[in-house]
Amino acid sequence: MASGVKPRVKVPKSAAAGEAVTIKTLISHKMESGQRKDKEGNLIPRSIINRFTCEFNGETVVDVAMEPAISTNPYFEFEAVVPEAGEFVFTWYDDDGSVYDTKKNIAIG
Amino acid sequence: MEFSRRETLAMGLGAAMVTVLPFRANAAADDRIAAFTGGADIAEGGVTLTAPEIAENGNTVPVSVAAEGASAILVLATGNPEPGVATFNFGPGAAQQSASTRIRLAGTQDVVAVAKLADGSFAKASATVKVTIGGCGG
Repeated sequence: MASGVKPRVKVPKSAAAGEAVTIKTLISHKMESGQRKDKEGNLIPRSIINRFTCEFNGETVVDVAMEPAISTNPYFEFEAVVPEAGEFVFTWYDDDGSVYDTKKNIAIG
Repeated sequence: MEFSRRETLAMGLGAAMVTVLPFRANAAADDRIAAFTGGADIAEGGVTLTAPEIAENGNTVPVSVAAEGASAILVLATGNPEPGVATFNFGPGAAQQSASTRIRLAGTQDVVAVAKLADGSFAKASATVKVTIGGCGG
């Protein structure tokens, strides 16, 4: 599913050096579990995002392996350390091979 | 209404299936835990799993896991058709080994979190969630 996928990420604009910041991410995706049936009783094939990663200046913060039990519009909240100014890179990997990414800068101060 | 020998046998078999099924669901979850830990012993405690006691809608149940110093946390829903939910791997950029997300639960069941701690040992926590409306479709 490549249509209507929109990542949204909330990162503070700035932080003190070495401070822990809370990051919230959401991506719109239907996360079809492969368990549901359509009106004719046929299984709707699975179509989910199976992996989510967050990196800060090339260093991994979290790497999540996702399975069909993750809700529609997968949401994650976690904490990262910010030792210096830099860039967070968020990447989502879809079952169909699509990769969605977004970047956020954070300043020190 | 009279039952033939064949019908009686079939009914007995059906009843046996119904009683065996819950164990099979748990076996799948146990297999996932064994694959994650490599068969190592699992201690209770050392990992926190926060989930609501009652979830009105099984489609989005907020859960959070935390385990200090853990390198990975596996989350399982033992009563789902497929027990796996997610595996969180924490890198050096993580301030705390904690994360929150929203999951689907097919019905009232136990949610289990297994963490791989810094010293290589494993810890486990579980929480029972009552689900009013299941989240896996018909």
